[in-house]
Amino acid sequence: MTKEDIVLVIKDIIATIAPDEELSGLTLSDPLREQIELDSMDFLDIVMELRKRYGVVVPEEDYGQLASLESCANYLEPAMAGKEMNIGV
Amino acid sequence: MAQPVPSSCETLIIGAGMSGLAAGIRMAMYGHDVLIVDRHSLWGGLNSFYKKAGRPFDVGLHALTNYVDKGVRGRPLSRILRQLRIPYEALQLGQQWGSESAFPDVKLEFSNDFELLRSQVAAEFPNEIDGFDRLSRLLAEYPDLPTAGIPVMARTRLAEYLSDPRLVDLLLLPILYYGSPTPHDIEWQSFVVLWKSLYEEGFARPRGGVRTILALLRDRYRESGGGLCMNSGVAEILRSDGRAIGVRLDDGQEIRCQRILSSAGLVETMALCGPELAAEYAPAKRAGRMTFVECISLLDRPLEELGHRKTITFFNTSERLAYEPPESPFSTTSGVICCPDHYEGQEPQHEPALRLTLRAHPEAWMNMPEAEYAAQKEKAWEAGHAAILPFAPDIRPYTQFVDTFTPRTIARFTGHAYGAVYGSPQKSPEGRTALEHLFLCGTDQGFLGIVGAMLSGIAMANQHALGAAASS
Repeated sequence: MTKEDIVLVIKDIIATIAPDEELSGLTLSDPLREQIELDSMDFLDIVMELRKRYGVVVPEEDYGQLASLESCANYLEPAMAGKEMNIGV
Repeated sequence: MAQPVPSSCETLIIGAGMSGLAAGIRMAMYGHDVLIVDRHSLWGGLNSFYKKAGRPFDVGLHALTNYVDKGVRGRPLSRILRQLRIPYEALQLGQQWGSESAFPDVKLEFSNDFELLRSQVAAEFPNEIDGFDRLSRLLAEYPDLPTAGIPVMARTRLAEYLSDPRLVDLLLLPILYYGSPTPHDIEWQSFVVLWKSLYEEGFARPRGGVRTILALLRDRYRESGGGLCMNSGVAEILRSDGRAIGVRLDDGQEIRCQRILSSAGLVETMALCGPELAAEYAPAKRAGRMTFVECISLLDRPLEELGHRKTITFFNTSERLAYEPPESPFSTTSGVICCPDHYEGQEPQHEPALRLTLRAHPEAWMNMPEAEYAAQKEKAWEAGHAAILPFAPDIRPYTQFVDTFTPRTIARFTGHAYGAVYGSPQKSPEGRTALEHLFLCGTDQGFLGIVGAMLSGIAMANQHALGAAASS
């Protein structure tokens, strides 16, 4: 997966866990928490969905790497390399 | 629909009430091998439903607290719906018409608009409104989730803001009745949770009552792949080296697991952990004793026709607030009058209903001979409805059918020592116990009300099961 793909994957996960949020205007670099309502319970869900859908494990000390779409893409790129996109589920 | 009891699972949850089901949904959603066991044939725990003489009854739920409109984010109700992936509309909530805290010579009305309560305080207690405003600003800033800390009682903190004891009593009356395990007072963290859920947010009711919520939870749990074994009471929590490693059921079967989440209550859970812990947590030392009788009367006409439009009236017949287990089997000096049909968009399920909740003496009811038990229930209804005449119409001539539940009923269906509705005064915000791998959720973890119970299950599942699994 490319970084662009990973951004789509993360947006798709957020659409599942926070269906009321408007995601079309999200910027790449601003922290997600400043743009939409996500609390620590929701970040746990992003981690759990990554694990469930892609088998990617994010250790707790790395949760901070998921702050923005851009940092998600950078951090997840090595782990997501070679995996198939699985969105719209 | 009976499911065979497996011999092992990853996480075992004791109790299929609101908190256990919510915790189970969270784990099952993420492929966790989770099993809920419950001693009873019907899920729901303290909040359940039944039929008697062909008439449907709800127990527990007077109101769903923590009401917020659809789209309001970051509040307990929106958080649980998001975490459980339940759409807001599925609850079919109708808002309360309006409630009150009433003493003989003064009352405060409140609704889902905090401004009503504020204006009532300003009108009745003009000298206190500045303190009330400081207090409400302080409480609005508090986090929704209780945090660990040294317990302080609410009256002590309230005295820093309010000087008229009558106002303190008026504000405490609904809060104590909806969540205090302690006579006359409540621990500050619980007070904050209840203040937000009753006054800042407010009351609503799902169309169809508690059945609607329980059906949503049960279906969500099953479709997520969680296991549910009813008629499966836990006789003992199996232990090894200070850790919980499984359970033995009433019928002798053992289930091994990596962790246990118990919604049975603090003393009730520790009673399953061998004689030493059972003695340390003996009910006489640690259990709460606040329990109630509730008379549910079905009427031949709507209460509105008798001139009563309140949703919930918290009443107190004397000058100072009475909230302690009474000396006699029941007391009519304070209580709650709930009209479950007085919510927007609700149709009576069968006949219009009125529920009257009175404080009860726990032991008095437990060992009462059958004939006296029936007579005392009748007496509670008669005396209760006579005592509330300053606050509600006389429904006795219009009553078609009455069912009354007592501390004995509560103890039978929840397993709580003394039938204590709000559990032990000792709460465990982190959900930890004296044993590793054994955690609490529900009432004794420290969240309150139905939304609180679900939030408790979610928070404990996240913290002790999913968080651990996510990082491993």
